[in-house]
Amino acid sequence: MSELAAAPARPQVSIAYQNWHRFSRNPTAVIGSVIVTVVVLTAVLAPWIAPHPDHVGSIVNFRARHLPPSAQYWFGTDNVGRDIFTRVLFGYRVSLLLAAVVLAFAVPLGAALGLIAGYFGGWAEIVIMRLTDIALAIPPLVMALAVTAVLTPNLTHAMLAIAALWWTWHTRLIFSITRTLRAQEFVEAAEILGASRFHILFRELLPNCASAILVKTSLDFGFVILIGAALSYLGLGVQPPTPDLGTMVASGADFLPDRWWESMLPGAAILFVALGFNLLGDGLRDLYDVESVR
Amino acid sequence: MEFLYFLIRRLLWSLLVLFGLSIVIFVIARVMPGDPARLALGPRASQEQVDDLKANMGLDKPLVEQYQHFIVGLSRGDLGLSFLTKRPVNDDIAETFAATLELVLATISIAFLLGIPLGVVAAAKKDGGADNLVRFGAILGAVTPSFLLALLLQVLAGYELHVLPTTGRLSPDFPFHPDITGLVTIDALLKGNPAALIDGLKHLLLPSLALSAATVGQIARITRSSMIDVAKQDYIEAGRAFGIPDHVRIFKYMLRPAFVPPMTILGLEFASLLGNAFVVELVFAWPGMASYGVRSILQKDLNAVMGVVMISGLFFVVANLVIDVLVGFVDPRVRIQGGQG
Repeated sequence: MSELAAAPARPQVSIAYQNWHRFSRNPTAVIGSVIVTVVVLTAVLAPWIAPHPDHVGSIVNFRARHLPPSAQYWFGTDNVGRDIFTRVLFGYRVSLLLAAVVLAFAVPLGAALGLIAGYFGGWAEIVIMRLTDIALAIPPLVMALAVTAVLTPNLTHAMLAIAALWWTWHTRLIFSITRTLRAQEFVEAAEILGASRFHILFRELLPNCASAILVKTSLDFGFVILIGAALSYLGLGVQPPTPDLGTMVASGADFLPDRWWESMLPGAAILFVALGFNLLGDGLRDLYDVESVR
Repeated sequence: MEFLYFLIRRLLWSLLVLFGLSIVIFVIARVMPGDPARLALGPRASQEQVDDLKANMGLDKPLVEQYQHFIVGLSRGDLGLSFLTKRPVNDDIAETFAATLELVLATISIAFLLGIPLGVVAAAKKDGGADNLVRFGAILGAVTPSFLLALLLQVLAGYELHVLPTTGRLSPDFPFHPDITGLVTIDALLKGNPAALIDGLKHLLLPSLALSAATVGQIARITRSSMIDVAKQDYIEAGRAFGIPDHVRIFKYMLRPAFVPPMTILGLEFASLLGNAFVVELVFAWPGMASYGVRSILQKDLNAVMGVVMISGLFFVVANLVIDVLVGFVDPRVRIQGGQG
């Protein structure tokens, strides 16, 4: 005790600060979070910062059609003379909304099912994990195609179709983590102390899955945006005149290769946001050391 | 014997997954709002016509009976009639499936031929320049929209450089018909027709490159991390102590056990690979199942759509079965623990 007291006082560093310190020294994480912040800010502020906010709807401006990128139109103009940069900023709103809604549904559901299957085992495990296997056998894009074929293609149905399968990845992930945690002392201790099942699932097990869920969700943001873009590229997602990145690539592709900006720049915008979320997820994975999450 | 047991168990699971899949598809097709008969006939048909077609298709019967009918048809491999082409959906899909299969197989070959060496190099030079390049490349491959890459390759290699054809499976009027397996390259080899083989490969190169980007990255990444894991094992250290040369250590003792994770990853990746194939096929006018599926969707041809989803699921299940059996072959631990999933 006296030796401890005699040791020179070390400055108190909070865990949050230590985490921040490690995070800020990880180039992938920093670049990723910068990209994500830029995209989210521009999407939120789009009505105020977009150079031509009136170009969002179905207006025509024929005198300025097919203009290459310039100081006035940063990303050029499309086939009816609308500013592509403005429409990209508004397109980000749709992409982010889609991903946020899908994940707000899929992550809690997937995590809850994974916890239940992993902790209780037995029949719960058999039923839930076989259900997951079935859902995994359907390519999400193909499922979305089928759903939009029966219902009308629009943003809500696209979200529904993607969310209907997306929970499976989280179930698998949380299931495998929970199964290894189940036998650990802190869970047994809680059981012996008579903690309720609810308490064990959500107060003991869930916090130990939190970092994996965070990493996976960050990566997923990028992938859901990519699937949404693919759907609208096929004409089965967001319908015109709402600006959507995938739709813009599809309509701009008619004018390749001469008017490359009309498809390539919105396409690059999709890549940019997906890259941001992926780098962020990659950096968080290094930070929390959860190698198993892909 | 043990392997046979593993195989039977794995087969039963696959059947169960397919059964579940059929229920999902049935629910989408029959239970969700939207009247298939009305969809087929369009808004201008009279109510009697719609009712007639309903009775014809058995849509007026209770759902359980409809499902029985559906599953009996499925078990015979009958996917029903296309409302649009008035032909059995089976025939339509059979014609287009071979093209998709060829594209997917070419993509997987590229993914392994590029991904494994890249992963090995990255692992050997861990944290060096090559490693960082491979890791960044893997992320870039995963986040590039497949339609963007497809368009880019089409423009660069096709229109700008004029080195490769940009659409279809064979040049127009090329006198070759793939009537043995349906795969142009395989049939050209079987028939000993080098001109057809070269033409087929030229057409195959751009679409499969566009489709493989994400998978190459994944495989490189997994190969890298499993090589690094294997390198930490004691027997590798012992090998070094015995003076076994580097190349023998890497290729003989590290690569084989490191081969298992990339294969398992491929099984999981397969669903998204198939999904992306839909987009890539459209860009390159590849006459595959995806082009057929998207056309059916836009024209509300319900039986055809359900057929395409079912066949995609079947393709996924069979591919995973094959992968699991291969993995069980390479890694005896898998078949002892039993194939889960």
